[in-house]
This record gives sequence, structure tokens and C-alpha cells, in this order.
Amino acid sequence: MKYILFIGAGSDITRPLASLYAKKGYGIYLASRNYEKLVRDANDLAIRFSVDVRAYKFDVTDVLSHQKFYDQLPVKPYGIITLAGILGDQKKAEIDFAEASAIINANYVGLTSVIHIAANDFEKRKEGFIVGISSVAGERGRKSNYVYASAKAGFTTFLSGLRNRLYSSRIQVLTVHPGFIRTKMIEGKKTAEIITAVPERVARDIFIAQQKGKDFIYSKWFWRYIMLAFTLIPESLVKKLDLQ
Amino acid sequence: MKISNWGNYPVIDAEMVTPSSYDQVKQIALRSPSLIARGLGRCYGDSSLNEKIISTTRLNHIVSFDEKNGILCCEAGVSLEEILDVFVPRGWFLPVTPGTKFVTIGGAVASDVHGKNHHQAGSFCNYVHSLRLMLSDGKIIFCSKEENRDIFEATCGGMGLTGIILEATFQLIKIETAYIRQKIEKAKNLEQIFQLFEASNNSTYTVAWIDCLQKGNHLGRSVMIRGEHALAKEIPAVKNPLILPEKMKFNIPFNFPNISLSAFSVKIFNEIWNLKYGFVPSIIDYNTFFYPLDSILHWNRLYGKNGLAQYQCLFSKESSYEAIKELLEIISKSGEGSPLGVLKLFGKQNGILSFPQEGYTLALDFPVRNSVFQLFQKLDEVVMKYNGRIYLTKDSRMSTEVFKHGYRNDLPSFQIVKRRIDKENKFQSLQSRRLEI
Ligand SMILES: Cc1cc2nc3c(=O)[nH]c(=O)nc-3n(C[C@H](O)[C@H](O)[C@H](O)COP(=O)(O)OP(=O)(O)OC[C@H]3O[C@@H](n4cnc5c(N)ncnc54)[C@H](O)[C@@H]3O)c2cc1C
Ligand SMILES: NC(=O)c1ccc[n+]([C@@H]2O[C@H](COP(=O)([O-])OP(=O)(O)OC[C@H]3O[C@@H](n4cnc5c(N)ncnc54)[C@H](OP(=O)(O)O)[C@@H]3O)[C@@H](O)[C@H]2O)c1
Repeated sequence: MKYILFIGAGSDITRPLASLYAKKGYGIYLASRNYEKLVRDANDLAIRFSVDVRAYKFDVTDVLSHQKFYDQLPVKPYGIITLAGILGDQKKAEIDFAEASAIINANYVGLTSVIHIAANDFEKRKEGFIVGISSVAGERGRKSNYVYASAKAGFTTFLSGLRNRLYSSRIQVLTVHPGFIRTKMIEGKKTAEIITAVPERVARDIFIAQQKGKDFIYSKWFWRYIMLAFTLIPESLVKKLDLQ
Repeated sequence: MKISNWGNYPVIDAEMVTPSSYDQVKQIALRSPSLIARGLGRCYGDSSLNEKIISTTRLNHIVSFDEKNGILCCEAGVSLEEILDVFVPRGWFLPVTPGTKFVTIGGAVASDVHGKNHHQAGSFCNYVHSLRLMLSDGKIIFCSKEENRDIFEATCGGMGLTGIILEATFQLIKIETAYIRQKIEKAKNLEQIFQLFEASNNSTYTVAWIDCLQKGNHLGRSVMIRGEHALAKEIPAVKNPLILPEKMKFNIPFNFPNISLSAFSVKIFNEIWNLKYGFVPSIIDYNTFFYPLDSILHWNRLYGKNGLAQYQCLFSKESSYEAIKELLEIISKSGEGSPLGVLKLFGKQNGILSFPQEGYTLALDFPVRNSVFQLFQKLDEVVMKYNGRIYLTKDSRMSTEVFKHGYRNDLPSFQIVKRRIDKENKFQSLQSRRLEI
């Protein structure tokens, strides 16, 4: 059985996405901080799809634990999908470096650690895929979330470099730029219904793009055009806007 | 947000939260003075409406399955559709199913739903071994026929008024195929269809469709549909009898204009209905047999934006014939055609507030308009006269008087439990307020 490793598996996108892989017969590793939740999810997936599903307590920011975690997986994964991320509190991050570094570590620094461990293994095995969930936020800074956004920008650039490195080993690296997703991350925030995707939809977009061997996608698709327009506005103008 | 249930009536402005952990449910329960649980909103009226609603749709984990004995434990938000998708291919089926698979386990327990096998099998809660229920103080209790029995019985059919059902453990039944052997018989009038029911006690599934627009000698003209789970040897040509070929789902995206269901088109509908069923092959897949309308998602929108109201009532065996005859006469005279008249024979009762009792139940759909509510009041009079009762999960408008009369033997015992475990009356719906439950 081939396994897919989900990092930050507490995400609301994990269940619908893991279901798509489990339906195809893949085993599933769920790794995240909230272990109790993962155990419930693991049970559910295992019963529904009759595949092996395991839950692991895992913290992206605890980089020293990553190699040991990876080494003890019973079968090395065929794919790694990282969903981990925190939005954090931008206002707090401006005055409290602890908050800023927590945001940067969860969305960027820690992920480079675990992804490199998997990538090095995949490169040796000459098989496997890597999917990183970044964000459209990383494409242009705004005063409302630029610490988070800059971490995402770093992450996106990391993935593109990694893609270039792994090309010769035929290992797919897929970067996902979602727009708004109706998950617990933005709970309580008002976002326009028509541009907010349900987790099931984003999961499907990711799955299809991965299966097709794509490098980069937006989810939903129209964010490509929104971001195109947004990134075309000159900085001299953007800096004056009251961007939320 | 604007929210309504299957009948699209009433529509209210409510706050709906969708927790994904029991801890979140607890936080919400503790800080809300009044709330109600909601599954997939397939009740017709206001049973799962309140200013504050907890949607269970993200509490949808399967917890465990005993492969040998077919005992399933799952969270309340798991839908019957999901259960069928997972377990039919493994040879298990729901012990009881309503006429749609888009309901949650929480909803199935809270309404103690019935299916076409009630005369033999009873209602859904007959198969429920135990529940995990969150009470108004946020405490989670376990209840079953042995433990916290009164709470268990009040929760089965308790319309969400005892607490939030988190998990249910219940029995599935063994099947050999995903198909049903169906038999159809026509009945010229009400008397004949009653005779058919009395003679069909050995059939697993029975139901009758009544053409509500017939008069005189033809009053109660109907078709009786019987079904049995097909055995593998009956369909040797089917290679994998537990797996159904993929089917398309149709969706009605918007509300049809109200005129599309005038009494005239309803008449035609009834004719086609009768004809169509004459031609149905005798072995059909379970979806076609149990959920004929589910393939058209949101068929309720065919009733226009005012919505639809269902009238489902029940009478004891002794008074059923007279009562239903009177109802049909009133309906056929009114010209408010109801395309779906469904007649069913029930066996014995389970939970305290559960709807089913031994006798006949008649269910009818109507587009919402003033004249229909006037008609319903006339029907209520007949229900009162024959000591009948109305199904809470289908109701959006009955009066307290009609409710209290219909449930006179059950309401007091229900209220004893409810008052004890929910002292501040936290769990309430627009319906429970209207009916003073
Ligand atoms: C086309 C159609 C056909 C139907 N056929 C039948 C039939 O043949 N037989 C039958 O019995 N019914 C039938 N019904 C009615 C339906 O089965 C019930 O209304 C069922 O309760 C709906 O479940 P739901 O998950 O949609 O719950 P909702 O409609 O959202 O809620 C229904 C009730 O259950 C309560 N509830 C829901 N979840 C919980 C929970 N977790 N904890 C506590 N309370 C909860 C609500 O408070 C409310 O009182 C039919 C409905 C439709 C639309
Ligand atoms: N929601 C949106 O609008 C949106 C938009 C664009 C991009 N995204 C991105 O999409 C991804 C998924 O987010 P989501 O929307 O699904 O939100 P989510 O439900 O909050 O999921 C994010 C998950 O990341 C995990 N996580 C956070 N810090 C972690 C750490 N240190 N170690 C391990 N796991 C950690 C959390 O798991 P635990 O619960 O186990 O801690 C959390 O469940 C994120 O990368 C997010 O940035 C989201």
C-alpha cells in the first residue's frame, strides 16, 4: 500500500482530500498537533475506505523532531501534502516578535524542514510528490496580514526552487494558492460568499491537479484573474489603499 | 442568515453555527440561552428552527463498525446516504429508512423515523442500542434501554428537545444484494387498499400511493407497492449484486413559478403516476425503490417560492377507514390537489413522543397558500374527531389544541423528563414553543 502523509492534518481540507486518496486505495498518515481529532478522523477514514490510516502527534515548528518522526513511519510515504498554517494576529505581531516568529515558523520555516526530509527521501527513491498549500495572500503584501503573507511568499518561492531541483528526479512539486476557504481559519470573518470556496471544492482541485502532475494552481480557478489584476496595480498606488 | 427546512416554510432569520468538535458544541450550548440542533433540514417545517441553530453536519465521523454483527457507531451528522454508500457494498442495509436518504442519524433518532417496513420492523429507534447526548449543562451522557432509560426514550422521537445527540450506536441488517423485488397491485378504492394492507402483513415493505382527486366509488383509488430484499440467486445475471452502477443526480436550481402545480397539472401527474408504476420492472435498485425523488435534488422547489406543506396524520386501526375517507372527501372537494398521497400501515410504538402507533398514516403534500391552511384546519377537525395525531417533523402550523389532543397520552411523560434534564428549557424550537412542548 502506498501512503500519503498529511502535515497539518487538523485542517478542514484534510478529510475531503484524504477521502479522495483513500478511495483510490492509498494509506493515509495524518500528522498534526491536535492528536485526539486526528484519531477520530483516522478511524472514520479507515472504516469508510478500508485502508490503513494512522494518526501522529506532530508540530511543524518543532523542527528537531522531524527526522525522527519521518524515520519511524512504517512505510515511507509516496506523497506529502502540507496544509499546516496559522493566520496569527497581525496587530500583535507588529509589537510582539514572539507572535511574528510563530506565524513565520508555522507557515514557512518549519515546513522547509519537514518537506526537505521527505524530498531528500523521494529524490533517492526517484518517486513521490510534494504538495504545499500556500496562499494568494503571498502574492502581494497588505497591512492587514503582511507577516502571514510574507511567510507564504517565502513558502511559495521555496516550493518553486524545490520543483526546479527535483525536476530531474521526476518528482512533482505542486504549489496551491487558495483564495478564501470556508474553514476554521477564517471563522467569524466576513468574506463574500461567491469568492469563498468550501473545503470539499479546494480538496477536489488539489487532488485533480496533483493527479495531472501540475506545478501550480489557484483554487478556485478565478483567483488567477483576481490576482493578475491585483498584482498589476503599481506599488505607488497600492500603498495608498486601505487594504483589508 | 435566512433559513428554512424542506418545505421552504417558514423562512426565518437565524444564526447557524457548525461546530466540528464536541468541545465546540459544549461552548455553544453553554453560552446560548436557547438553541436547537439541526441535521440536513429535511423536516418540513419549524422542528429544527430557532434563532440559534447548531448544525451537526460537521459532526459526521464514523466511530466504529462491528463487521461481524453489523453494529455501527457514528456521529449524529452522518447521513443515511453516507451509510448506504459505505455499507451496502459490504452487505449491510439500514434497518429502517424514510423516503429520503438525505437525513442525518441525529434527525432519524430525534424524529424516530419510520419506513415502509414499520408494520413489521417498527421505527428507527427500535434498532438504536445507545446514544451519547449533550445536555444543557454541556455534560455528555450515555443512554440506552438499560442506562438512563427515561432520557433514552424521551430522546428517541424527542425532536431535539432533550439535548444534542452526538453519537448513536445502532444495528444494520444483512442483505445479499442492493436490489429490491417489487410487486405492484392496483386498488380501485379505499376499501380495497385497506384489504390489501391487511393481507400484506408478511411483506417486508409495503406502501400505497393514493390518487387524492378521485370521488365516489373511486375514492381512495391507489396502487400498493410491496418489496423484499432481492436474494443473490434471484439476479444471477448481475455480477456484483451489492454494487450499483453510478447514477446521475439532477438538480432543480431555482423555484418554479407557483402555477406549475395547479390542480390541473396535479391531475395529470396522478394519471402518469398510476401508469408509470404499472410498467416498473420487478427487480429495481434500492435507490429507485426507497428514494424515488432523491434523484431530483431539491424537488421541493417545484412547489414554488412559497414552499410546500405536508399533512401527515395517523389514526388507530379501528377509526382509520372512516377518518381517512372523510379526509379524502374533503381534499377531493377542495380541488387543492396533492400529488403525493401516501398511505401506510404502522405497527407498535417505541419512544415517548414518537409519532408511530398501530394504525394507518396518510401523508399529503400541498403548495403553501392561504387556502391550503384553511383546508388543513378542516382536516384537523377530522383528526380531532377520530382521536388522530399529526407527525411533528412534517408540521409547520398545527395548533396547540390539535397537538395536545393527539399526544395526550405521551406528552405528560415526555415533559417530566424534559423538565428534569433541561430545567431552563434551553433546547427549544419554533415548533416546541408554538405547541408548548
Ligand atoms: C422527501 C422526504 C421524505 C420523507 N419521508 C419520511 C418517511 O418516510 N418517514 C419519516 O419518518 N420521515 C420522513 N421524512 C422526514 C425526515 O425523515 C425527518 O424530518 C428527519 O428527522 C430529517 O432529518 P434531518 O437530519 O434532516 O434533521 P432536521 O430536519 O434538521 O431536524 C429534524 C428534527 O431532528 C432534530 N435533530 C436533528 N439532529 C439532531 C441532533 N443531532 N440532536 C438532537 N436533535 C436533532 C431537530 O432538532 C428536529 O427536531 C421525509 C422527509 C422528506 C424531505
Ligand atoms: N482558509 C482560508 O481562507 C485560506 C486561504 C488561503 C490559504 N489557506 C491555507 O490553507 C491551509 C489550510 O488551512 P485551513 O484553511 O484549512 O485552516 P485550518 O482548518 O485552520 O487548518 C490549518 C491547520 O494547520 C495546522 N497547524 C497549524 N500550526 C501547526 C503546527 N505548528 N504544527 C502542525 N500543524 C499545525 C492546524 O492543525 P492543528 O489543529 O492540529 O493544530 C490546523 O488545523 C493553510 O496553510 C492556510 O494558510 C487558507
